[in-house]
Amino acid sequence: MRVVVDTDLCQGHGVCEAEAPGVFAVGRDHLVEVLNPSPSDDLRSAVEAAVRFCPTHALSIEDD
Amino acid sequence: MTVDTGQRQPTRVSGGEGETGHLEELRTDPIGLMNRVRTECGDVGVFRLVDRDVVLLSGAEANELFFRSPEEVLDQAEAYPFMTPVFGEGVVFDASPERRREMLHNQALRDKFMRGHAATIAAEVEEMVAAWDDEGEIDLLDWFAELTIYTSSACLIGPRFRRELDNRFGRLYHDLEKGTDAIAYVDPYADIESFHKRDAARVGLVELVQGIMDRRAEEPPPADDDRDLLDVLMSIKNPDGTDRFVADEVTGMFISMMFAGHHTTSGTAAWTLIELLRNDGEMALVDDELAELYAGGVEVSYQALREMPHVEAAIKEALRLHPPLILLLRVAKEDLECEGYTISAGQMVGASPSVSNRIPEDFPEPDAFRPARYLEPREEDRSNPWTWIPFGAGRHRCVGQAFAMMQLKAIFSVLLLDWEFELTQPADSYRNDHSKMVVQLAQPCVVRYRRRAVARSHQGAAG
Repeated sequence: MRVVVDTDLCQGHGVCEAEAPGVFAVGRDHLVEVLNPSPSDDLRSAVEAAVRFCPTHALSIEDD
Repeated sequence: MTVDTGQRQPTRVSGGEGETGHLEELRTDPIGLMNRVRTECGDVGVFRLVDRDVVLLSGAEANELFFRSPEEVLDQAEAYPFMTPVFGEGVVFDASPERRREMLHNQALRDKFMRGHAATIAAEVEEMVAAWDDEGEIDLLDWFAELTIYTSSACLIGPRFRRELDNRFGRLYHDLEKGTDAIAYVDPYADIESFHKRDAARVGLVELVQGIMDRRAEEPPPADDDRDLLDVLMSIKNPDGTDRFVADEVTGMFISMMFAGHHTTSGTAAWTLIELLRNDGEMALVDDELAELYAGGVEVSYQALREMPHVEAAIKEALRLHPPLILLLRVAKEDLECEGYTISAGQMVGASPSVSNRIPEDFPEPDAFRPARYLEPREEDRSNPWTWIPFGAGRHRCVGQAFAMMQLKAIFSVLLLDWEFELTQPADSYRNDHSKMVVQLAQPCVVRYRRRAVARSHQGAAG
């Protein structure tokens, strides 16, 4: 799976970082940084939670 | 972007032949006007606001362009002249996206403060219902407006400041909100009663804040954990030792901080309650959900941050049908193209939650209160990110959305666990007053409350 960010929409709420800490981090510019753009399948439920609870709907998953 | 030679100017909606164009209609029936734009002109149409065109967009494709465009293309700063006299000169209506992100991170809206805010809000509701008899009547506008003055001041400025307020602050604040007549597009200082009251209210608020500042200057400093934003602002000095911020500036900052979250939350709380009382079956679902969630003696501060599918769906549906902001505005800084039409630099550009939230292709039974549309698998808010827009979308999306949802869940947890409500007026007599840019419930908007025979809060809790 591949993680896709729509940077027009991100406001840096940091919910993704809390849901999937190794995959997302909210940096000093308060925008999301994808630490691991192709997370392994054991992280899928965490990444799906990040996508689901993102307040601005800025995240999505593309399957390879 | 390629310029298509087939580009056309958007069509102008009927009416508005007078000198001020569609201003009078915007002041009396704005939703009727905006719906007519969509009916007559489609996704891109024009109405006339005094000497300026407003290109009104609706539907997913046009809204996406509106919400994705950066500041350099669609600018928000000069689109809301009616706010300047409310906040005061020099206090910006809206910060840049960068500044908004910074505010979100550095200030009270951060995720980690939410649990404390939920406890604060629950306590404020408890305090207001403590003044109730076993049964009685409340006016929804007055009651929720006062409550949300206390919750927003306590959460955003601090409990110490909140403790120094009484209902005078809320009343003055209400006059400010009523001072947002669209006549401001002609003259923000026009000689009309609501503008005089607005200006008097701002003076009154500055006096209240000045009084609080004078008292604090005489008192010993507060304990560290009781310091609030006003203490912080008062501690900032100029190089010559004088105060950096006078009461007028402090008041302007507080007004602007509270503005986005006040009439919006207050109106949504009222409309959620009205719609639930108009729809017995939906109220039963909400009641059962709350009773079950709180059966184990869970604290509101804990539960309000967790999922409450039926309560959340009812709030979202009230927001879709009665969005607190009915028209979002920008000014085009350069020419742009939308669905084959040209939007010219200098034109105003609008998107309307009232219109887009009821597009029947996206929201079946668009005028009906159907909270089930947010439950799986329909999830019509998620599947229509550019037309389900009570919080806006994109760069300027409401940064207080999570705070607002938590606040509303906390309010209904306290209210519905121990109290029952009923409408005292004909169900269709509750409506919004659209004569000002800040939409409020039209009065009277009274409901009856009655204490439940068996209180359902804190059941099973030790205390």
